[in-house]
Amino acid sequence: MTELLVGKSMKRKEDQRLLTGRGRYVDDIRRPGESHAYFVRSPHAHAEIRSVKKDAALASPGVLGVFTGKDIQRDNWGSIPCGWVVTDRYGKPHKAVPHYALTPDKARYVGDHVAVVVAETYAQARDAAELIEIDYHELPPVIDLATAMSGAQIHDLAPQNLCYDWELGEQAEIDAVFARAHHVASLDLVNNRLAPSPMEPRAALAEYDPAQESYTLWSTSQNPHMLRWMLSENVSGIPETKLRVISPDVGGGFGMKIYCYPEETTCLWLSKQVGRPVRWTGDRSESFLADAHGRDHRTRVELALDDKGIFLGLKVDTVANMGAYLSNYATSIPTYFYATLLAGCYKTPVIHCDVKAVFTNTSPVDAYRGAGRPEAAYLIERIIDVAAMEMGVDPIELRRRNFIKPADFPYQTPVHLIYDIGDYDASLDEALRMIDYAGFPARKAESKSRGKLRGIGVACYIEACGVAPSQLIGKMGAGAGLWESAQVRFNVTGTAFVLTGTHGHGQGHETTFGQIVADMFGIPIEHVELVHGDTSQVPMGMGTYGSRSLAVGGSAIVRAAEKVIAKGHKIAAHMLEAAENDVEYARGWYSVPGTNRKVKLTDVAKKAYIPVDYPVGLEPGLDETAFYDPANFTYPAGAHIAEVEIDPETGTLKIVDWVAVDDFGKVINPMIVEGQIHGGLAQGIGQAILENVVYDSETGQLLSGSFMDYAMPRADDFPNFKVGYTETPCTHNPLGAKGAGEAGAIASPPALINAISNALGIRHIDMPATPQRIWRAARAAGAADAQKE
Amino acid sequence: MYNFTYSNPEMLSDAEHLLGTGESPTLLAGGQTLLPTLKLRLAQHSSLVDLGRIVALKGIVAEGSCLRIGAMTTHWEVASSATVAAAIPALSQLAGMIGDPQVRHRGTIGGSVANNDPSADYPAGCLGLGATIHTNRRDISADDFFVGMFETALENGEIITALSFPVPEVATYVKYPNPASRYALVGVMVSKGVSGIRVAVTGAGNAGVFRDTAIEAALQKNFVADAVPESGVSEDTLMSDMHAAADYRKHLIAVMARRAVAAATS
Repeated sequence: MTELLVGKSMKRKEDQRLLTGRGRYVDDIRRPGESHAYFVRSPHAHAEIRSVKKDAALASPGVLGVFTGKDIQRDNWGSIPCGWVVTDRYGKPHKAVPHYALTPDKARYVGDHVAVVVAETYAQARDAAELIEIDYHELPPVIDLATAMSGAQIHDLAPQNLCYDWELGEQAEIDAVFARAHHVASLDLVNNRLAPSPMEPRAALAEYDPAQESYTLWSTSQNPHMLRWMLSENVSGIPETKLRVISPDVGGGFGMKIYCYPEETTCLWLSKQVGRPVRWTGDRSESFLADAHGRDHRTRVELALDDKGIFLGLKVDTVANMGAYLSNYATSIPTYFYATLLAGCYKTPVIHCDVKAVFTNTSPVDAYRGAGRPEAAYLIERIIDVAAMEMGVDPIELRRRNFIKPADFPYQTPVHLIYDIGDYDASLDEALRMIDYAGFPARKAESKSRGKLRGIGVACYIEACGVAPSQLIGKMGAGAGLWESAQVRFNVTGTAFVLTGTHGHGQGHETTFGQIVADMFGIPIEHVELVHGDTSQVPMGMGTYGSRSLAVGGSAIVRAAEKVIAKGHKIAAHMLEAAENDVEYARGWYSVPGTNRKVKLTDVAKKAYIPVDYPVGLEPGLDETAFYDPANFTYPAGAHIAEVEIDPETGTLKIVDWVAVDDFGKVINPMIVEGQIHGGLAQGIGQAILENVVYDSETGQLLSGSFMDYAMPRADDFPNFKVGYTETPCTHNPLGAKGAGEAGAIASPPALINAISNALGIRHIDMPATPQRIWRAARAAGAADAQKE
Repeated sequence: MYNFTYSNPEMLSDAEHLLGTGESPTLLAGGQTLLPTLKLRLAQHSSLVDLGRIVALKGIVAEGSCLRIGAMTTHWEVASSATVAAAIPALSQLAGMIGDPQVRHRGTIGGSVANNDPSADYPAGCLGLGATIHTNRRDISADDFFVGMFETALENGEIITALSFPVPEVATYVKYPNPASRYALVGVMVSKGVSGIRVAVTGAGNAGVFRDTAIEAALQKNFVADAVPESGVSEDTLMSDMHAAADYRKHLIAVMARRAVAAATS
């Protein structure tokens, strides 16, 4: 019998291919006769498009066509949809402003898609694009979130640039709580805008087959089925049967590649229009300009406590930036993936959240690694430290006093969610042990002797993952169910295809899912082949995001595999000449206990395809499909501790130690999970101290438009991360798994800002806490002077 | 990138001729700034004359109290040269801090100096060590060479052939990197030697590299770290951008200078 693979740190099956340059990305795929699209982007943040003169461009060498939004509209192609309807505090749906692939009337951000040129080569398309004359009438741009509602109106449908004014909780109830509070801690904070920046930029290749009247779209999508659905139902009217979407190898997504974008939509339209396959591969400049950005909140948070430090209520007032248009799920991120997490790990009995989502003349904003949950965790873990400081209570102790305890589960929060299981003290205990919390004062003193300021910061986060139970999110306004499908197809020779509706773009699904299936079937992992990312092969799927692939997609695979085993049971009983009830199954073998009669699953599979001597009435074949809809979200949680040292003279920050203790439930491949944690930490730490999307507040030009100004973290910005686990298995899925993709990005910003604030002895410093900001804070706090004494 | 013609002559005279031909020719001397600029279509040239094959422009020689470095010597060659390390370790150190390994293997000292990026390291190295820039026509002192942001004393058709650095008694380069680009947010070269005491600052000035005369004057009296005063330049002459405002840059000049002197005197 083969060794069990689940729980082992197996090397990734896909890495041989991906690390030796044999991956096959959209830009690697070649189609006969393909042409190249180049997008003409608005140089203005806000401008009417008065006219577009195409003549010179059309006469340019190699040009196959020049098109504008009006050309696409003539074919009755519709708006790219926002799939989540958020109902505002007055019972009205959010302002569903139109978002056309090429904007026909107005440019609404620098980088907005105004026209497209198709030519034989990329260079010819780009040359011709420079010959297009566009008459713009510039309008005042709306850039600053704080004043967006009083700026020029960006969409006819949205007065005051307001998408919605949404409320969760009862105003009277929270007011009453605050009226009787012993102490109220309050804080204004910014959750900075981020550019996701995966290694592979977005790309698309579209081909129309006139014989079949069908389209194929190769896209860098995290969820090809959803892309097909939206393009079919909302945008193009092409039947799903005539539209195949393929996401081959994809080089990172982080949420940014979930959405239906103007470029791929336009390529799809162009492929029939010019009668040639049409390719577009974005460059890094285009990524900065027109990929969906993340975060971008301004928030006031207030925490009411009693005299014992028990939380009485949390009040949150947020303005969230939607950007110039609504990306597919933009509306849901600052509401149902944010406010519903405001209980954190704590028994806060009353929570009130107000969110105003506003339009600005900036790139659209949508989910980015963590998506709403980092914003929630950040403000909770920051305000707790502020409250602890103001009340003179140890921040660890304050957290412990308010933790939801193991005996409290299942725990109904005041903000919709029911947590199934967790042990927050256990994670915190382990993290404190791993970082030697007790030894911190000595380390601080040693740093002080060198003129340095040392600080330590804790963040206890929770997230809702395993997105998502369809009925619950349906009540919240989701336009789709977020179940997952799987198909397990045994081949005659005993190997198995596993088809999943999730999509891997760096997560190692081929390995993780392979380990699960290999164990269940008792076959080598090499005999399990994962198929994903092709709507013509995989029955249906909801894609990969929200730490859902294992908890939801993996559970669907388990269910399909169980169906295979159950059908095999009937065949095996026939082969063993035993009653079904007398046959047992374990790891690839059916046997009759108490006898030496047994048969391998792989032989059963062969029998299923050669059903000569076969159970009467049973269908041939061993190929089963399952749809799995989770009963609840999963709730990964944990404690991260950052220890930092600051040079007050320059503001230089050094992260000297980092401990991440996470409870992801059951872990299938610890090495892959550790990689996920490291990646999440890199992005969360990037947000906390480095990354920031900056637009010029007057002109709306993107100032952080390249890596020269957008500070991507590098390896030497980080310490060696210490990773630990605690485990409370998820109670409602067959794997006991909770999901691990987003945790690092959620836990790290508050841990790090808490550590920096602790080092400086201040209430708060906004992200990104750059050397300049730290230097100013240190000076203001007089910390530098204190060191000299 | 727009179309251009490319040539890579072996002789300097051929390069001079080619540089005088066509509408908007330019020199390719490593291309670590030029090529990205071309790719982004921020620049357009009729021709690129690549100096990479001209052997006469390469090499490092110690000539008495002077170190002569060919214009097409790469940053990596300077950083790893035993000759440089023996004569002016501060210069090895500076070259080793430029960009990343790929940039250091392609970028050249002549290319960097001719480009005079206001945040580049070599301009501070040249000015702070009192270098002489040799061209195909004349010798220019570093004090006269760096004219303004991306501006030098080079005339049309003039090609840097080599740089000479007088070997100082002591010198140190200290750089505070921009968190995004890792160019100098503030970089300070301090030296003491035949060229007197020099404190050259890159990354901070609106007009590119400059000498901080107030710090130089203070060090003239007493060459110790504690003698370094606040920078003497007006904040109005310093850059302010999303990474650092002028007052922070001004503060960093003194801190970097102090650290450079401390390292030089330790």
